[in-house]
Amino acid sequence: MSDMTHPLPYASWETRGWWEGCGRGELVLQRCQTCGIVQHKPRALCAKCLTDTIEHFVASGRGTVHTFTVTHQNMMPPFSEHLPYVLAYVELDEGPRIFTNIVGCDPADVRIGQPVVADYATSERDDGEAFAVPRFRPA
Amino acid sequence: MTLSGAVAVAGVYEHPTRWAPDKTEFQIMAECAKGALDDAGLSIGDVDALFAASMTMSGMGIVDLAEYLDLKPSFLDGTNIGGSSFVAHVTHAAAAINAGLCEVALVLYGSTAASNAVAIGTGMGGERRDPTASFVSPYGMTTVGSYALVAQLHQQRFGTTSEQLAEIAVTMRHHASLNPVAKMRQPITVDDVLASRMISEPLHLLDCCIISDGGGAVVVTSTARARDLPKAPVLLLGCGEAVAHQETGAPDMLTIAARQSGERAFAMAGVTHDDIDFCMIYDSFTITVLATLENLGFCKVGEGGSFVSDGRIRLGGALPVNLDGGGLSSNHPGMRGIFLVIEAAKQLRGECGRRQVEGGRLACVHGTGGTLGVAHSGATLILGLEA
Repeated sequence: MSDMTHPLPYASWETRGWWEGCGRGELVLQRCQTCGIVQHKPRALCAKCLTDTIEHFVASGRGTVHTFTVTHQNMMPPFSEHLPYVLAYVELDEGPRIFTNIVGCDPADVRIGQPVVADYATSERDDGEAFAVPRFRPA
Repeated sequence: MTLSGAVAVAGVYEHPTRWAPDKTEFQIMAECAKGALDDAGLSIGDVDALFAASMTMSGMGIVDLAEYLDLKPSFLDGTNIGGSSFVAHVTHAAAAINAGLCEVALVLYGSTAASNAVAIGTGMGGERRDPTASFVSPYGMTTVGSYALVAQLHQQRFGTTSEQLAEIAVTMRHHASLNPVAKMRQPITVDDVLASRMISEPLHLLDCCIISDGGGAVVVTSTARARDLPKAPVLLLGCGEAVAHQETGAPDMLTIAARQSGERAFAMAGVTHDDIDFCMIYDSFTITVLATLENLGFCKVGEGGSFVSDGRIRLGGALPVNLDGGGLSSNHPGMRGIFLVIEAAKQLRGECGRRQVEGGRLACVHGTGGTLGVAHSGATLILGLEA
């Protein structure tokens, strides 16, 4: 699946920073300056205290596989042409987990707890914006 | 006024069809309405509250349905929280009836998922032009995949085996073999489940619910009124709703919504797990049943694998589950929560023939809606006969 063209994400103004960060090869997370939590997915407010004192920071791009599944059936293109592929939650070193794919290895070799690093699939949109989809590969 | 015991299920109907290319959703719902109202000894003119959701009804679909049935109810609720919606509708109806806002509530579901070739588990994970969905859809998320993520974690953390998950599918198929209208009635073995093709590891084809057409209806009214109707009232003794999701990024994925909704329902009913005679549990996949039994508190989290083994959840066992054969074998027309309530009521009324739980007086019903490992809802009911 490493070479597949992922469907492009659609961003709201709240989530644009995340996808633009991915376009630069960076995972941009949010931290609330009032209550200190790190949150993902991105929001205009802190989900815990509802203040808008959100700061953005670039995460390490490192994490571990929290759980995964090797997918053998999906009728929808382009995934139907890239079976089997790995769906996973990766727990970032900074705390939050993200839904993603594990690439760059045999699906049969993926393990819970495995260290992984971000790996970006960049593609140009019709409107010229550079968004990327972050996947992970073995560290 | 306490809700527990104040409101009852007075009529139910499960459409016998599993394949209905000649019917529309609303037609199936209307046929089910007739069946449930006949069962309750009531007519459509008695209905003053309407509850429904479906795979295709839009946000205002409940208004279209009211027109189709030529109803002008005083209470409308088109809540859609996934397959659990109809379990929640019974709770919402009970609250509205108990508050004096309506008297006779009709809960409806209908679907032609199978004859319309809706690939529910593995065909809906395509591109969605939606900023929220964009956090999963570029990765090829599937419904079955979201449940498989939970199953994999459960296996890794607790040593739960694929054989134990398969035991759930084998049990549901056994129950379906006793149900004349079940879609899949040929008995299967654990080896059959493990030999079926892999869909999303560790879930095999036979770990997944079937896809059928179908529908159902439930009539809810006050217990006082239900006592004057032909069938024994099935009392709502406890209810609870909950949701589980990704929080701000790192939830405990093995704590599902059933934990909260179950605690609320058991507390309201004032009963213990040992009092429950049987369960009706949403079985979209085998892992759904295992995680639900754990989170409802029938066993500890991590012990579900051994709990479902050695016949405990089979008819004749200590806690029979899904006597109709469930979504794994009887029917799964896209959303199946309504059938959990229908079968529970029929079992409590002693109408289930070869699959009857003898002397069943108290049932725990739990619906799960959505995608277990991503975001889902849970709705629990404790239903029982009058003392």
